[in-house]
Amino acid sequence: MAIRERLSGNEAVAYAIKQVNPDVMPAFPITPSTEIPQMVANYIANGEVDTEFIPVESEHSAMSAAIGASAAGARALTATSSCGMALMWELLYVAASNRLPLALTLVNRALSGPININCDHSDSMGARDAGWIQIYAESNQEVYDNFIQAYRISEHKDVHLPIMICQDGFITSHALANIELLEDEKVKNFVGEYHPENYLLNSEQPMAVGPYAVSNYYMETKKAQVEAMKNAKQVILDVGKEYGELSGRTYGFFEEYRLDDAEYAIVIIGSAAGTTKDAIDELREQGKKVGLLKLRVFRPFPAEEIAVALKNCKAVGIMDRCESFNGQAGPLAAEVTAALFRAKSHAEVVSYVYGLGGRDYRVEDAREIFEELEDVVVNGKEVEQFRYIGLRSR
Amino acid sequence: MAEQKKMNFKEMMNKPERLAPGHRMCAGCGGTIAVRAVLRALHEGDRAVIGNATGCLEVSSFMYPYTAYEDSYIHNAFENAGATMSGVETAYNILKRKGKVKDNYKFITFGGDGGTYDIGLQSLSGAMERNHDMVYVCYDNGAYMNTGIQRSSATPMYADTTTTPVGSQSDGKLQNRKDLAAILAAHDIPYVGQSTFLGNFSDLHKKAEKAIYTEGACFLNVMAPCPRGWRYNTEDIMEICKLGVETCYWPLFEVDHGTWILNYEPKKKLPIEDFLIKQGRFKHLFKKGNEHLIEQFQAEVDKRWEELQFRCSK
Amino acid sequence: MAATDITKITEKSPWQDITEGNQIYGQGTSKLFNTGEWRTNTPIFDSEKCTQCLLCTPVCPDSSIPVIDCKRQDFDYDHCKGCGICAKVCPFGAITMVDSPLPIKEKEEQ
Repeated sequence: MAIRERLSGNEAVAYAIKQVNPDVMPAFPITPSTEIPQMVANYIANGEVDTEFIPVESEHSAMSAAIGASAAGARALTATSSCGMALMWELLYVAASNRLPLALTLVNRALSGPININCDHSDSMGARDAGWIQIYAESNQEVYDNFIQAYRISEHKDVHLPIMICQDGFITSHALANIELLEDEKVKNFVGEYHPENYLLNSEQPMAVGPYAVSNYYMETKKAQVEAMKNAKQVILDVGKEYGELSGRTYGFFEEYRLDDAEYAIVIIGSAAGTTKDAIDELREQGKKVGLLKLRVFRPFPAEEIAVALKNCKAVGIMDRCESFNGQAGPLAAEVTAALFRAKSHAEVVSYVYGLGGRDYRVEDAREIFEELEDVVVNGKEVEQFRYIGLRSR
Repeated sequence: MAEQKKMNFKEMMNKPERLAPGHRMCAGCGGTIAVRAVLRALHEGDRAVIGNATGCLEVSSFMYPYTAYEDSYIHNAFENAGATMSGVETAYNILKRKGKVKDNYKFITFGGDGGTYDIGLQSLSGAMERNHDMVYVCYDNGAYMNTGIQRSSATPMYADTTTTPVGSQSDGKLQNRKDLAAILAAHDIPYVGQSTFLGNFSDLHKKAEKAIYTEGACFLNVMAPCPRGWRYNTEDIMEICKLGVETCYWPLFEVDHGTWILNYEPKKKLPIEDFLIKQGRFKHLFKKGNEHLIEQFQAEVDKRWEELQFRCSK
Repeated sequence: MAATDITKITEKSPWQDITEGNQIYGQGTSKLFNTGEWRTNTPIFDSEKCTQCLLCTPVCPDSSIPVIDCKRQDFDYDHCKGCGICAKVCPFGAITMVDSPLPIKEKEEQ
């Protein structure tokens, strides 16, 4: 029987960490992810996990130590947010190129400046090209479920890539919500023991990690990484399905909400999907054919699958909680638009930026976007192809 | 740890080599002399994981697919060798506790002065303060040699480097070098040793063995001259090291559980000119009219030497 | 899990043959790289003069003075870079440097 609880997103992740019982967790506090290492430290203090916590002096050292621990043969993880992740930047690439399976539970928060502790996706979106698998959550339940699946994906022999389990700062990390937890034994069996084939502490054979490689090897190394990332697609689907058999909650690349017959769709990541669903329910009452594609897996990017899911849409609003300063689209919009273009879609596409630095995203905002999309198609209205939602302007 | 009977010098030299040849360090490099000497102190039967900050040593000793190490080896980045080995050592503790690793491992990280005194200082300080059971070895050649002889905080005053070039308005580096061994000693770690290459290497060997087999975080600072950066003929390295010690520019000392110990006191302290004149990077100091610069250099050496003697007399 | 056979990894290898994460399983693979080719000066070992004091062995940056049964052997010319440190520290004149990339003794040259 599943355990019914009320937990914040941070509590949910910490509980999942406790159940997975990883080997090594170096971490440094940063709002809003601070609670996660605190809770793990408490589990350790009370003998509830075997995990070794390393109270490092920075996030840079947190990722560095996680890389060392993973290479040594341990199941490792860290937690961070925002500037903490920015400080890890260089090592994110190292972890991925060394093909180390390790987990980062990220609580998304805006990057400085100005310093701001609230949610947006600029931290993880900036790291989108670092070679990590990125999985996002709408709710506390999802972030719990995603973490339980993390090592199964990351450690898979066809993958061997680090994985980022993301949730929205404060919105899910600090808000209490009903949640269904799995029994410890079920989690333990699902995740399994970690038996790496090659690791530094393998007494049968030494290993060397992290070479200097000249041009003649570098591109081939990147190609192997991208192949591993492509392999991750099937693994994510398989693990999501198996998890569904265990928990009743099956996961894929994205959730389609009333999208089947939708003519107008919003594509969004994270907690704002819930707000959008409310708007969709209201508009459906009025007979509007509107729907949602809530992207769960941003890396690997399921381009073909997204294009198929949106194939009947006349217009798509793509929502970024992140600015990329190219002046024409956020990162999600750029990639979804490219996917639609390749699929020879004729849908109108509008890129919206919302919720930066914790700015509210309301049901009215979603409704306004759907109205605008309809206006473009039905009345041929020319709209800004790239604009901010909820922005004050003179 | 593996027991080891007392070995004489020849038996030490007879031990299996733990740094393989074929690495791409320059001819006459002091860095690999230091690595060989430190790894020789590992007892046979004990395994090791060798860490490395980015630098000459790393790009030369693990150039894909050629590793020069007979032990497991990890390089991560330039500024995080301390933290990286923290992770390896912590993994060892739990895997050993869980029975997944049976052998005894020792953890030794090498960094140049760039990766140690400067960009990696925070990571080193953190690893030492947390007292991981590891040794951090700085092979100190007093500049960023890998990128082409830029000054570091380990560069001595008045050295001619590519970012402190000597010119009509410049006498080279303006600042004194950072006293890293004292900074590490202030971390209250179990063991800090400073050494260099002398004779049969017994000083460095003893310190390396002590550092490796003392529980907790230990630090070794090894002066490892760079013929390209210091501008001397490769064959002169041992003479330069000896002069470094005899002039008290690079005193041999250790801080064992908080107690400062002077390992060698020259019978007759040589003038600093004897050390400087061997090196092209100080050539300008010997021009007429620059006598005062050498006097200042000597004054700094004297001051530090007196401070060290005072610390060691307590 | 087999040790990496680095002879199968060359600068012409297809991406499928590059080891995962550029990891190398095994040890001391650098021995297969011949740094002896860099040499412009070469040390010559005179076993007659050598007293086997072994002071030359720790000063070699290139692990190129093999020791077997506590006795030094001739130089590993595949790797010796000819820096000359050993010749300078030998108290017995048992190592001389010749101005040649090859270990040609002066007598043989004549």
